[in-house]
Parts: sequence; structure tokens; C-alpha cells
Amino acid sequence: MSAPLIEARDLRVTFDIRRASDLPWSTPPRLRAVNGVSFALEEGKTLGIVGESGCGKSTLARALIQMLPAEGQVIWQGETDLLELSPRQMLKYRSDIQMIFQDPLASLDPRMTVGEIIAEPLRTHRPKMGRKERREKVRQVMEKVGLLPNQINRYPHEFSGGQCQRIGIARALVVEPKLLICDEPVSALDVSIQAQVIALLEDLRRDLGLTIIFIAHDLSVVRHVCDEVMVLYLGRMMEAGPTERLFTAPQHPYTQALLSAVPIPDPEVERSKKLIALEGDLPSPLNPPSGCPLRTRCPRASEICASEPPTATVEGREVHCHHPGPAPEVQAVLAER
Amino acid sequence: MALLEVNDINVRFDTPEGEIHAVNGVSFALERGEALGIVGESGSGKSQLSFSILGLLAANGRASGSVKFDGREILNLPDAELNKIRSERIAMVFQDPMTALNPYMRISDQMAEVLTLHKGLSKRDAIAEAVRMLDAVKIPDAKNRVRLFPHEFSGGMRQRVMIAMALLCKPDVLIADEPTTALDVTVQAQIMDLLGELRRELGMATVLITHDLGVVAGFCERAIVMYGGQVMEEAPVDPLFAQPTHPYTKGLLGALPRLDTDRAMTPIRGNPPNMTGMPTGCPFCPRCDFVEEICARQMPPLTGFAEGRARACHRAIEEVAA
Repeated sequence: MSAPLIEARDLRVTFDIRRASDLPWSTPPRLRAVNGVSFALEEGKTLGIVGESGCGKSTLARALIQMLPAEGQVIWQGETDLLELSPRQMLKYRSDIQMIFQDPLASLDPRMTVGEIIAEPLRTHRPKMGRKERREKVRQVMEKVGLLPNQINRYPHEFSGGQCQRIGIARALVVEPKLLICDEPVSALDVSIQAQVIALLEDLRRDLGLTIIFIAHDLSVVRHVCDEVMVLYLGRMMEAGPTERLFTAPQHPYTQALLSAVPIPDPEVERSKKLIALEGDLPSPLNPPSGCPLRTRCPRASEICASEPPTATVEGREVHCHHPGPAPEVQAVLAER
Repeated sequence: MALLEVNDINVRFDTPEGEIHAVNGVSFALERGEALGIVGESGSGKSQLSFSILGLLAANGRASGSVKFDGREILNLPDAELNKIRSERIAMVFQDPMTALNPYMRISDQMAEVLTLHKGLSKRDAIAEAVRMLDAVKIPDAKNRVRLFPHEFSGGMRQRVMIAMALLCKPDVLIADEPTTALDVTVQAQIMDLLGELRRELGMATVLITHDLGVVAGFCERAIVMYGGQVMEEAPVDPLFAQPTHPYTKGLLGALPRLDTDRAMTPIRGNPPNMTGMPTGCPFCPRCDFVEEICARQMPPLTGFAEGRARACHRAIEEVAA
């Protein structure tokens, strides 16, 4: 087996939170946004990163490509540690790793035409490419994402949300990346448009052999798109494994709570469904609980959870919990179809 | 007689780009204690419809038609009279609790204001009642937290405050406009549970406006599906989800990812409609798989075909449902 395309080892991102009232020489409180996350992603696979707001999923993605300073290792194709590279060295890898963002309109420069937006990565990463060739490339990629050639001179505001997301995808694909990081790519879109964009991403993945990191809070979308899933809570990995098994037989109490909360468009299922509730609110990430971060809200918490951060492997997947185990009420809803 | 009867509502906005027809001839009835869902994507007119009922349209908006509440016409009433109905008889919860609450006022003052104005309570009694209501929406330590400002609460807790505030006068109708859209899924589940509990306890009719069919399935007894400012289909939730009879409802359900299956999602082709100018024909026809020549010329009327069920489509039920 060849080396994974990208592998993160013990990735950590911390922010110093300096408040206006702090004295300049005091040590600011540290926020651990991503706390020791590891994963390996094979070429051609899609990894979903899920969790609620503030769990560190976007920070994790940004840390992979040096958009944020991080500690740990990010190994690219089994040889290069991306975190060791200087910005100039990193530039070479940036065309291999492209990103698309949540708010399709906000991530496009309003004063550039669609053609200019899509051509910009080529100017940066393929500076020797001639004008004609560049134009041809832009045209090809526009066709691939379902944009019409006559839209090339229009401006982003003339497009709907779904079409703007297509422009964002075209801009990412024009340099033929190996890895595409999608940060909540469909959560700002309506259901009917969301399905179009997901179908497009699926087609592109199959045709171009793309590897995708798919960040989302919508678990239903993730189930349909991803081969593997990682669940984050307060910057830590809770559970990770193949999508199908993680969704039909979750072992971690947090995954179970998350899955049980997703509304299902079927009145019969909804009426009989049982909610696994977490107690209280999300703790402050500045002052997370000791040991397992979930323990203050977890129905299975015991003494050991406060003292030691858990690690465990259940049936070949990572379950970071001292008391892993199935939840029959969740499985009853999810496993039968 | 239904508690709330909405008849042939039209909402127009004057904009520099022309007249926007946000809602076109929508009618529905809400019975006492009933939970009705109004489902649609952005731009379908679902929020403007509810704003027009309570006289909350923006300054460039106009509503025509009829809204009968408890037998009395309330559409376009002067503010002074509407204010007696708003929050006393019909209350509303909005999507974003941070912008709906006054950031400069303590929760105690905002909530007490409702009761001193509408019920003539003394400030002290009003605050005591506010604390009782915060308890009812399960805000821990309500007695002390009533003194806090909105920004000191989390998103989910803020939405609980909004709900508590809406329920202070024990309204007959609660209109909840995307109440959980800004919230995380575990918090959403808690809030919807809470709303359901309160609804049953207080026997309050609820209109839930949402884009999320999953939430409708769990909360509502009946639902209206809107597209392009018009009602496409109306039905009790069970048949609506099990046998949709309108191409749009069917398309929407097919496009929706479901957590409990890995069946592929089928997108609806095309883009949402442009709402400028008077629509001719069915707004969904450019995206419809069942489109016929007549669809672009003439909007099919919303026609009842079974108990509590109606649809607006030129094609026969068997053709669409098959």
C-alpha cells in the first residue's frame, strides 16, 4: 500500500487570547482550538470532518495548509512535512491543495469578472502559461462545473448562490489540485441547489480522481458524500472511522448524541425517535474540562474521565472514550435501511 | 371557524429594480392548538407571508387580501390596534435571537416591559413572572440570570429567552420563523422539544416557518409547501412525506440527504425564480420534470382533492406520484 496523500500527526493549533483589559506583560490565556488530532487520508478518498460550531473543524483545515500556525506534522505524500516549509517552498504545494469556502459570494472578489477570478490561480501557479492557453483552460473548467461560456465576462453579483459556488469550485480546480478542501461548501445553499453542488463534487471526484476533505455540520450530507468521518468536539477527536459503520453503529456518546439530534424528513421516524441529550451548554474552550472534554455533559461519565484523556480502538476505528459502546436507540433509527 | 383564516394574501415590494411579487394569493387556515408548517426555500415568500399577517412588512412592502383572527379582520390594521393583538394573542419568535433582542437592555427589563405594557403589571410582579417563564423554558438559575444582558447567553439560551418572551402573555398563536436555523443540531433538537412541550401544555396553535423538512416532520401536524410566493401543496405531514403529489414537493424530498439512508440525492435542475414582475404560469415550471405547454401560461389553482389535502399542478396526481 502506498503512503497516504496527506497525513496529520498530533496536530495542534493554539491561539493566545489577549483581552483589552490584560496587562501587556501578562501571559494571555491560551485557547487550544485543535488539540492533538491525527488522521491519514488515502488518495481518491473523501474525509468528512464534523462537529458543532467551535469544535475546531475549520481551524483544522486551515492549519493543514499553513493558513494558521500549527504544531505537529502534516505529511504530504509520505515525504514532505508541510509545516516545516517556508512560505516560498509551500507555494509549490498550494496548487496541489485547493480550497472552497462556505459563503460563495463573499469568497469571490466583486470587482473581478468570472473569467479573471478563475484565471487568477493560473497566473500565480503557472506564470509561464500564455494568455491563449489560459483562456482555453478557464473555458474548459467552466464547462466542467456547469457554467456557460457566455458568462465569462460577468461579475459575481449577477449569479445566484449555487452558481457562485460553481465559480469557487472552478477556481479551485483550474490548477488541477490533488486535494480539495471544502469548508461547509453547501451549508449556505437551498436544498434543491445543495444537491446540485454535491452531485457536481461527486462527478468531479470520480472524473479527476480528487481527494476531498469535506468540512460540514450537516451529518446527513456527510453520510452521502464521505468515505470516512472524523467527529470533533472542543478541538479533540471523539470518533473516527469508515462512514457507513460510524453512522450505523456509533460507539462514542458524543457521536450518538449528535446523530440522534438530526431531524429526519419522515414523520413516522421522527415521532418514534429518541433524543440522546447532552446536559448543559458547551464549556468555554478557554477552560475545557480535564481528561475527556465531553465528561461534563456525558451520560456515561465516571471518575476516570476526569483524570485521563481517553484513547481506544473499537472494531478497527478510533473511539476516544473510556466507556465506548453502542446506543440501541440510535441504531434502531439508523441501521435498518 | 378556524382561529386564523388567511385569504388570498398578496405581498408586493417596490424596489428600484421593479415590483417584487413576494407572495401571490396565498390562503390557509389555522385551527386552535394546531401545529402548521410553512416550508419553502429562500425567496419562497414564507417569511413575508408571516410578516404581513402581523403588519411587520418593510416600509416599501404592501399586503392585500384578508386575515381573519378569531373572526375579526386584522390585515393592515393601524399599529395601535395591532399592538393589542401582537404578543397578547399572536406572538412571534425570530431566527436570530441576537438581533431580535435589545442588546442594551437586561433580560429582566425587556421581558417585564411586555407585561407592564400589555397586562398592566407592576415592574416587580412582571419580573417575577418573567423568572417563572424563564424557568418554564428550562433556563438554569433563572432568578439570577434574568439580570444578564443578551450577549451573556449562548445562542441556544438566547433562543429560549426569545421563546419565554413570546409566551409571557399566553398567546393563542405562536409564529416561529426559522427558530433553530442559527443553532447547532443538538441545540436545535432541545429547542424543538421544548416548543413541542410548551405547545401541548398551553394548547397554543403554532405556525413553524422553516426550510428544514426534517424539523417539519418532527413538529407539525400539517404543512404548506411554498415556491415562488405561491402554495404548491398542502397536506397533513404523513401523506405529504409518504406520497407527495406535487412535482416540487417530490423534487425537494428527493434532493434532501437523509441521515437514515445512503440513497443518492437527486438534484432539482435549474435555479430559483426571479420574483420581479407579475408571474405568469407556474413558478416551478422552468425546473419541473413534468412540465407541459400550459404550465408556462397559466398558474394552476390550488385544488383540494382529499381530506385536508390540496395541490396546485396541471398534471394529474397519478402522473406525478408514480
